[in-house]
Formats: sequence, C-alpha cells, structure tokens
Amino acid sequence: MSTPGERVLIKGNEAICRGAVDAGCQCFFGYPITPQNDIPEYMSKVMPNLGRVFVQAESEVAAANMLLGAAACGIRAMTSSSSPGISLKQEAISYMGGTELPAVIVNISRGGPGLGDIGPSQGDYYQAVKGGGHGDYRQFVLAPGTVQEAYDLIGKAFDLAFAYRNPVMLLGDAIIGQMMEPVTLGSNKETESNSPDLGWNLTGKGQRDPRLLKSLHLTDGALAGHNLRLRDKYASMEKDVLFENFLVDDAELIVVAFGSIGRIAKSTIRKMRASGKKVGLHRPITLFPFPSRELDRLAASGKRFLTIEHNLGQMVEDVRLAIRKHADSDFYGHLPGNLPTPEDFEQPILAALGVRS
Amino acid sequence: MKNGKEAFTLPGVLADVPTHYCPGCQHGVAQRLVAECLDELALAEKAICIGSIGCSVFIYNYLLVDCVEAPHGRAPAVATGVKRARPDTAVFTYQGDGDLASIGMAETMHCANRGERVTIIFVNNTVYGMTGGQMAPTTMVGQRTTTCPGGRCADNEGQPIKMTEIIASLGGTAYAARVAVDSVKHVRAAKKAVRRAFEAPLNNLGLGFVEILATCPTNWKMTPVQANERIAAELIPYFPLGTFKDMAGVDSNEETEVAE
Repeated sequence: MSTPGERVLIKGNEAICRGAVDAGCQCFFGYPITPQNDIPEYMSKVMPNLGRVFVQAESEVAAANMLLGAAACGIRAMTSSSSPGISLKQEAISYMGGTELPAVIVNISRGGPGLGDIGPSQGDYYQAVKGGGHGDYRQFVLAPGTVQEAYDLIGKAFDLAFAYRNPVMLLGDAIIGQMMEPVTLGSNKETESNSPDLGWNLTGKGQRDPRLLKSLHLTDGALAGHNLRLRDKYASMEKDVLFENFLVDDAELIVVAFGSIGRIAKSTIRKMRASGKKVGLHRPITLFPFPSRELDRLAASGKRFLTIEHNLGQMVEDVRLAIRKHADSDFYGHLPGNLPTPEDFEQPILAALGVRS
Repeated sequence: MKNGKEAFTLPGVLADVPTHYCPGCQHGVAQRLVAECLDELALAEKAICIGSIGCSVFIYNYLLVDCVEAPHGRAPAVATGVKRARPDTAVFTYQGDGDLASIGMAETMHCANRGERVTIIFVNNTVYGMTGGQMAPTTMVGQRTTTCPGGRCADNEGQPIKMTEIIASLGGTAYAARVAVDSVKHVRAAKKAVRRAFEAPLNNLGLGFVEILATCPTNWKMTPVQANERIAAELIPYFPLGTFKDMAGVDSNEETEVAE
C-alpha cells in the first residue's frame, strides 16, 4: 500500500498495479502477454503478501472468467492483458455486461490485427468502445495519457465499476505501460464496495432469499426489458464523462487525440503555439461515454478539427458523429510499429490549418 | 406416509417447482442428490452454485442457493474466482459433457490441477441435450447423433473421453468417482459419491469430482426404460463405475466400487 503523497518514479504498468492495490483490489487473475507482463509479475509479488489473491490462470479465457466469479461476489477484482489476449477475454466481458458485474479489465494494447507486433498502437479502439464481445452492451473505457493518470484512473475504474455494476476497461498502450514517470501515490482509496453484502452479490444466502446472477432471459419480453434498462444505464454514464481541453478557447483548429497520442500531440501543440499557430487539443479520457457533447459545443463555436490516432482511423468516426451538425474532422493516422514524436504531427496539423509547407 | 413414518420428503434446498426436463431425463435425479447432500452437510447457507450451459443451466431454478451463470465450459474458472474471492463458501459447478469435456476441458483440468477447493458435478449423458442431440466428447463409438448421423467413428471423431480417469490423475484432485443413476443400487452409491465430492474441498483436501452417467431418452430416441438399460449394457462397460481417487483414504466407499 502506498503512503499518501508518496512520490515515486515508476512505469505505467506498475502505476496501474499500485493504483489497483491502493483502491482495494482483492483479487487479480492474469496471464502473460507482452507488453503488460509487468502487471501480473508485480501482482504476484504484492498481492499474496497483503493476504490478497493472485492466480495465474491457464489462459486469458480462464482469467476473465475467474474475474467474473470474483465480481459476482462483489469483490474488487481485476485482470489485465494485451490485444490478442483481450480478444480471448471478450466472451466473459460480454457475460459480465449482461449480468451487470463490476469488474476492471486492463488492456495494454499492441499492434494488430492478429499477432501484429508488440509495439504501441491504438488499433483496439473499436473493440474497446464498440463492444468486442457479442450482444448489445457497453463498458466504461478510460484512456490514461500519463503514468500519473494510469494510477489515478485505475482507482476511478473500480469506483465506476461498482457505481454502475458494469465492466470498466482501462485502455493503455505499450507507450503508457512501459514509460517511466514520477507519480504521486496514495490518492486511490478502498471504498465500501468490498463489504460483505451489497444487496445483489453472492455471499452464500445465509438467512436471506437466494440470489441468482445470470444473463439468460428466455421468457417473452424479458430480454427486451433488460436491454432497455441497460440502454438507460449506459446513457446515464454520460454524467461521468472525462476529457481534457488544452488551449481550445482561441484555437482555430482543435486536435482530437486520446491516450499517449494525446499527450504527444500536446507537446506538438505547445511547440506550434510558440510560433503563433492557433491550435488546441481535446483529449477524451473516457472513450465510452464519449465526450460528444463537449465536441459538439466546440464545433458550434466554429472550430475546425483534426483527429490523430495511432491506427488507420477509428475514433475519428465518433468525432465526426459528435461534430456532424457543424463541422467535419480531418484525420491523420500514425502507423503502428513505431513511436511517433511531437514533430511527426506538425505537418498533418499544418495541412489541416491550410498552411503550405 | 406409511406407518406414520415419512420415507420421502423434499430436501429443503430443492425448490418445490416442476422442472423443465424431458420425461425420463435423469438431471432431476442428479439434482436431487446434490440437494440432499447440501441439506445433510448443512451447506445451503454458504453454498454458491455455478450454473453452466445446456440443460444443466436451469439447476439455478431448482436449488435454493446463491447462483451465478458461467459461459460455456468456463464454470470451473468462475468457481475458482468465487472460491478465491470468498473462501468461506461451498462452491460447486454442475456441468454436462459438452460443457465440461469439450469446450471446458482446459478449465476443468486446470481447476483440478490447482486443487481448487470446489466440487464439480459432471452429468455425462453422452450427447448434447439442449441443442438437439449433437455429438459430445463422450458419445460412444457407433452412437448416432445429429452431427455423427452414421454413428461416431473413432478414426474421424476420436474415442469417448474418460474424464474421471483424467481428473483423478491430477495432483490437486482429492476425490474423483464415476457413478450412475440407472438403478436404485447405483443411485444410493451415487449419493455417497456426491457427498464425498462435497466433503473433500470442505475438508481442505482438494477438488471433489463426481461423474454421473445419466440418460437422455429424447436424444437417444429411447424410452426411459430402454435408456436405463443402455447405461447398464453399453455405457458402464466403457465408463467403469468406482472411486478413482480418494485422498481422505477412509471409507473406500465399496458401494461405488460396483462390480457388474
């Protein structure tokens, strides 16, 4: 456990672990895959010493289903993986969505499709945000842009998971996972969600009526009712939307970028501002719910947009949907397989500004 | 009631509702045995049942205990998560042959190998019941199903898998037995085996596993009587009954060591 205010230099993967431990994560179920191996390695060392649970499962599939079991007990639990491993976890994530179980899933994503490579990429946006598993469900998706945020957001992830009884995904990438930065610890706190009886969770029935947690709804109209209720729940998540606006007020062009790319784009914008270019940044922190309302507001004030992603264009669809009444968005996709620098984004931004190089 | 003595009562943990099972199906018998053991071991208050896929999924409508539903084959992984999260509970899965021996083979074996303190009730009727009678990993060679209409062919589809022998070979298994519910004698032995499969994890010895050979008259296209006869004539010779492992080492449970 961290001391409040403790300042350390750590990797993003370790920040996620320390954030989860501080937030009261009682069970971790993992399986090795690069570039997130630091997470199960750290948890295997720390969790048993705290009297908590670490299990290296036989597969990503099993790890996600162990998570389902622990979540059904109302216990703060987590799993982590990287892109191909997340694909294997999707079955259980859909079940946890349907069963309304609070669980935290970390994706330190890598290049794809298929085995792809182990370098950074944002190619899992669709899978994370649109629902990579079957059926009509949504999950909170939190995308940290710094190692500090990785620590802070994993605590937020547990709070949101229990507030909405819903899976929450922390979507990082190999940059966030492997980068070291100074982080202030201790702000994540365990809440009452690890208490024995939350009114819905499995504890063994004792003297009360038995509880059943399931996603099967066979009687006429039952599933439709369930889906409508879930829809309303997903809509209510809007109130917890998170984003960062950086120098947007006087900007002619707003760059929209998330996660580590948002952070790199911020450096580009800072540099271009010094040479008088009126550029700002909008960085969605929750990718679901998406900050559509804020983007619409920015678009209504006459801004132009450039979406930058570390993929061939996925979030740009949500940006265009959000600003469609007022504007369109250009797109620049930095190809996976190498790490972009702030300079890499200068030409695309100049082009979107209509400046000839 | 005969002579003022009640011989047959509803176990307290068994819901007083009609089941959805087909006539002659032995899920009802198997679930009653589970219910009786939960009652006798006074586990209803701390039991957590992991529902699976297929006909067995509806066990949660018939047992008055806390339940969670697992994806196809993953019940042993879900059970692992539940038991690790709440070590003070009595956790059990109730799975069919497609669930446990096909898609869930890895989860089943690793759960046993880790010695999870859970009970696995495995109902083997050699066919996928709910989906309409397709081939299972335990389908007998020559048995016709909707996906082996010419009869299971060992060269093409392999041999029926003997799960209890596999599970008994794993280090974390404390108890593994195969029983049948085709006769009164076998049902009595089955009850003892189910009870011991619950006791093994409760006594912190490891995983408890019991395979129950049961009928599926609908998909076997037999009468219930013919289906029972098939268990004795065809299934038991290939899937021998008995206790394959018992770490407690007491009460060798002769009644499960059925000599045919």
